[in-house]
Amino acid sequence: MISSAFALRRASSLDEALRLLAEGGEDAKALAGGHSLIPLLKLRLAAPETLVDIGRIEGLSYIREDGDRIAIGALTRHADVECSELLARRCRLLAETAAEIGDIQVRNRGTIGGSLAHADPNADLPAAVVALDAEIVATGPNGQRMLRAREFFRGLLETALEPGELITEVRVPPLDGAGSAYVKFNRRAQDWAIVGCAAIVRGEAETVAWTGVGWTPVLAEGDWREAASRLEPVGDLSGSAEYKRHLAGVLAERALARARA
Amino acid sequence: MADPAAAEPEGEQFEGFQGESPQLPEAEVGTPQGKGIGTSTLRKEDAELIAGQGRFVDDIRLPGMLYLAFVRSPVAHATLGAIDAARAREIPGVIAVLSAEDLHFEGGVPCGSNPTGDARQPTRWPLARNRVRMVGEPVAVVAAETRHAAADGAAAVEVEYDQLPVVVGSEEAVREGAPQLHEEAPGNLCCSIRYATDRFDDAVAGAEVVVRQRVVNQRLTPVAIEPRGVVAQFQPSTGEVTLFTSTQVPHFVKTFVSVVIGTSEAKVRVIAPDVGGGFGSKLNTYAEEYVAVAASKALDGVPVKWTESRQENMLATIHGRDHVQDAELYATREGRIVGFRLNVLANMGAYLQLLGPTIPHLTLFMGTGVYDIANYSCRIDCVFTNTTPTDAYRGAGRPEATHVIERLVDILARRLGIDPAEIRRRNFIREFPATSATGLLYDSGDYDKTLDRALELVGYDELRARQAEARARGKLVGIGLSTYVEVCGLAPSSVTKAIGVGAPGWESSTVRVHPTGKVTVVTGTSPHGQGHATSWSQIVETELGIPFDDVEVIHGDTAFAPYGLGTYGSRSLAVGGTALYHSLRKVREKARKIVAHQLEIDPEDLEFGDGRFHAKGSPERGMTMAEVIGAAWSADNLPEGVEPGLEETTFFDPPNFTFPFGCHVCVTEVDRETGKVEISRYLAVDDCGRVINPMIVDGQVHGGVAQSIGQALFEETVYDEDGQCLTASLVDYMIPTAFEIPFIETERTETPSPTNPLGVKGIGEAGTIAATAAVVNSVCDALGVEHLDMPLQPERVWRVIQGLDEKPVEAGPLETKGGGTS
Amino acid sequence: MRERVSVTVNGRSYEREVEPRLLLVHLLRDELGLTGTHVGCDTSTCGACTVRIDGDTVKSCTVLALQVEGCEVQTIEGLAQNGELHPLQRAFHEQHALQCGYCTPGMIMAATSVLERHPDPTDEQIRKGLEGNLCRCTGYHNIVLAVKAAARG
Repeated sequence: MISSAFALRRASSLDEALRLLAEGGEDAKALAGGHSLIPLLKLRLAAPETLVDIGRIEGLSYIREDGDRIAIGALTRHADVECSELLARRCRLLAETAAEIGDIQVRNRGTIGGSLAHADPNADLPAAVVALDAEIVATGPNGQRMLRAREFFRGLLETALEPGELITEVRVPPLDGAGSAYVKFNRRAQDWAIVGCAAIVRGEAETVAWTGVGWTPVLAEGDWREAASRLEPVGDLSGSAEYKRHLAGVLAERALARARA
Repeated sequence: MADPAAAEPEGEQFEGFQGESPQLPEAEVGTPQGKGIGTSTLRKEDAELIAGQGRFVDDIRLPGMLYLAFVRSPVAHATLGAIDAARAREIPGVIAVLSAEDLHFEGGVPCGSNPTGDARQPTRWPLARNRVRMVGEPVAVVAAETRHAAADGAAAVEVEYDQLPVVVGSEEAVREGAPQLHEEAPGNLCCSIRYATDRFDDAVAGAEVVVRQRVVNQRLTPVAIEPRGVVAQFQPSTGEVTLFTSTQVPHFVKTFVSVVIGTSEAKVRVIAPDVGGGFGSKLNTYAEEYVAVAASKALDGVPVKWTESRQENMLATIHGRDHVQDAELYATREGRIVGFRLNVLANMGAYLQLLGPTIPHLTLFMGTGVYDIANYSCRIDCVFTNTTPTDAYRGAGRPEATHVIERLVDILARRLGIDPAEIRRRNFIREFPATSATGLLYDSGDYDKTLDRALELVGYDELRARQAEARARGKLVGIGLSTYVEVCGLAPSSVTKAIGVGAPGWESSTVRVHPTGKVTVVTGTSPHGQGHATSWSQIVETELGIPFDDVEVIHGDTAFAPYGLGTYGSRSLAVGGTALYHSLRKVREKARKIVAHQLEIDPEDLEFGDGRFHAKGSPERGMTMAEVIGAAWSADNLPEGVEPGLEETTFFDPPNFTFPFGCHVCVTEVDRETGKVEISRYLAVDDCGRVINPMIVDGQVHGGVAQSIGQALFEETVYDEDGQCLTASLVDYMIPTAFEIPFIETERTETPSPTNPLGVKGIGEAGTIAATAAVVNSVCDALGVEHLDMPLQPERVWRVIQGLDEKPVEAGPLETKGGGTS
Repeated sequence: MRERVSVTVNGRSYEREVEPRLLLVHLLRDELGLTGTHVGCDTSTCGACTVRIDGDTVKSCTVLALQVEGCEVQTIEGLAQNGELHPLQRAFHEQHALQCGYCTPGMIMAATSVLERHPDPTDEQIRKGLEGNLCRCTGYHNIVLAVKAAARG
């Protein structure tokens, strides 16, 4: 499969990237790792006139402590999140979730910012960042703004990003002292989640977030069983709505059990 | 595999079912005696492939070559309106846009199958004329200077489709008022194949037990990892055609290209270079092959290349299976089977490809499996629908046969409270050769032996005891058996003729001994992963004493090989290997005459061993093969009537099929909460007659079983009611990864075939034929239900478990599903 | 509209003018003649196109040629050093881990990263590590054994 023709502009700085995106308007798309966008281009499901390659912008790939948050640069690859010693120690949930994305080759290329901006309803990361109550830093022509992950996902492949804005950082609270787990259900190892569940346990408080049970991730704090029963997943080849609703409950049990362990 | 989601946090994993993790075999390079028959000699094919130096079709580039891209129907059924290529022609790099009006064909894509003599074989033009009947049907082709321009051109061609009603399921297709595909096939019926033993109805009328089950053998997509591709050139000055194509049957392609294009067959050269898997999907000739040659011809001889995308592969390359079967098994209360009735609706898709109705015809022939069943009735209705044609997919009709009889036998065992192993023993055929209910002559077999060996290796009794214990703890653990026989070594030509296959079943070989003692073997088989170059060289070493490494094997190029039928149906060794054996024996006998003449000994008094002839009783009096080769070449002292040189050709037509058999055992555990099935142990005991290379045989079993596990648990080609294929990518059509497939334990018994002097049978399809029943029987056993249709995706299994929790499941079908259409 | 890309492949530098939509796999195969890297799907599923970019395994059908500007790419053709097969290549041969050979280059390249992550891998680490590569011939049995054998040298 071969994509339609497009122009590629390489941005060497964030400012340049924002300018190029602004110039391109609606016909421009940002290209980071490319693992969400390039498959769509090849199937001609997307046909932008211009791609702005942001993959080489310096200084957007990092994982570091920043005040009471762990800050992750938008261009940080899934493999780096997966293997981060800092995250393993202080926010294992994110590392564990990243390790479940696609396969090694995909994780070597795909980025945290790209995946969140793409907002696939069966992606793994959205469940984790919603459970974590992470913040997503968006930078646009009018400067930076901080978005709550819990308000970021708006619909099928839709986010709170404004046209011309890019994700530049993801900020997660450390889970020091809390238990967590991400449990994913799929039929074949490398695939998207049919349903995935991220769970955090702090003392008696249980937080659960699901992916794959609607167009956007779903958060449950408190009575997650009740929340699970109200889910309205979309039935498709991978399972009926009823089955996915059932899976959401099973996975929550399992994720919470592991989080407590 | 341990699966994070499947692991039940509170409970321990079921213990004791895991087979031994396989020991790392020592690299074997042949026995001290060499690399001949029976040794696990490493493959000579590998050196290029592991270094990235293989040559597949898309690796081939000819000077001035243009790229082709097809315009394909996006709708399943329509009258074809205007084709507007104006916009496409303006795209830089686009050289031509060609439709049916621009390309001349003498005929349609050939079908070589007419089991009943009156099968409807509607013409399918390589490019659609007037009407399209499936999504993906080629309508026009764009030739351009680059891949990119060709793709842009194809996307810019505008075609009018006046849509017609669509039918996708075989059961819907035969209903009153169903949309009709072909005028010449009223009721969408291609043919109805019927067979019954004498007075079948009377014979089964009084049976004590009758087991009925509807079994859906779902539609599958073969998915060779290399999609198809062609590079074609037509030389206008001479009319010569050169066609590189990813095929299992280069000679068929050569013959049919000459017929469809209308040129002398002597001018057509077809080359199958390295071929990246076939599994039957490349046992065919396809529209794109004819269109590529015709396009080169229309473009004054410019070479053209077409490389199939995966999406095209999922739509335009054949599919497999798609049988809806209604089966009835008649038996005594003691579990002795007295009769079997099998009615099949076989979905042919929109057109017939090469073998269409012959595939379910093979199901008919093998319907009674390993059992001594005197009374058999089978009816197969082959029907057209607005879907991709079905044809030979690994096993081709025999997996469908094995699956249904093995399912019914298990249901019978369950109804009668007899152990599945025991009920099989009560019904095995035991005297060989055995004439089956369909009149096939099973050449040799020992079904008890493979069953007993399998049960011994898995520790069956202990396994059952531990299963009971696990069940008591609430675990859903199952043990499934599949005892199978398949028909291979296709085929005696008198039989292919009799069953309406328009091609014979012989195979050819040439053995050319060079003056330096090196050997070229030219074979009519066309391997694509089976390792013929290795196995054939092993046979040469054993038969002529010429070292394995001194043998080169040429295949897949019609300019070099005598006519050959190709590689499919687990036939290559039994038929092509035997052709080679006979050529080698001819060389040996000629050599014997030369030695006898030169040493003045009676040929009968010569013995051959270790590459040397010598007089019986006086080993010092003899000639080495190298000396004989020199003598045959120098030709100065040959016996009267013996021609110079050492080169022999054989065309071997087998006197019978071969009948490999075996017993597979599968142990599964089902996750009660999610319905996910995990295979904790898989054991295959196969008997494929004499083994040339055990390593290669094991590899064939591993791959076949994995594909069959794919069918049992993961794979299904799904259409929506508009005839859109919902599984046209490898994201949606799920072939398993390394994580889903367990280690496959293999074991063999060796019951030589009397059909050929090598005693070989064939192993390419055994795994695929045996395994679905083993897996499904295991899961049914785990759940304590009679039947489940494939694939056993978690939701389907979970729903059954839900039902179990509510009420004990009664006998009879639990869940059924339209033939690949839901 | 073509753009320049400079890239080092298997230690050799190349410069080409390419269309922005050209995929890395087609740069390798069509422009540089390195046809050992194969294409088996449209959807980043099969892994036949796996190569290494600056040491990381990636699927070259999901990378634009222009994205590897200035990078070091290694393909199956560059795996053997000084005429000596890579241990994985040797093990694939010795364990009969290939049949048709089409998935093999990608499978071997993917296995390099499994061994880097897990020098003495368990069966499960191997199987999970190869989840991005499909083989239709071998049932993976001998592939897993080959990776294990290569690890043990």
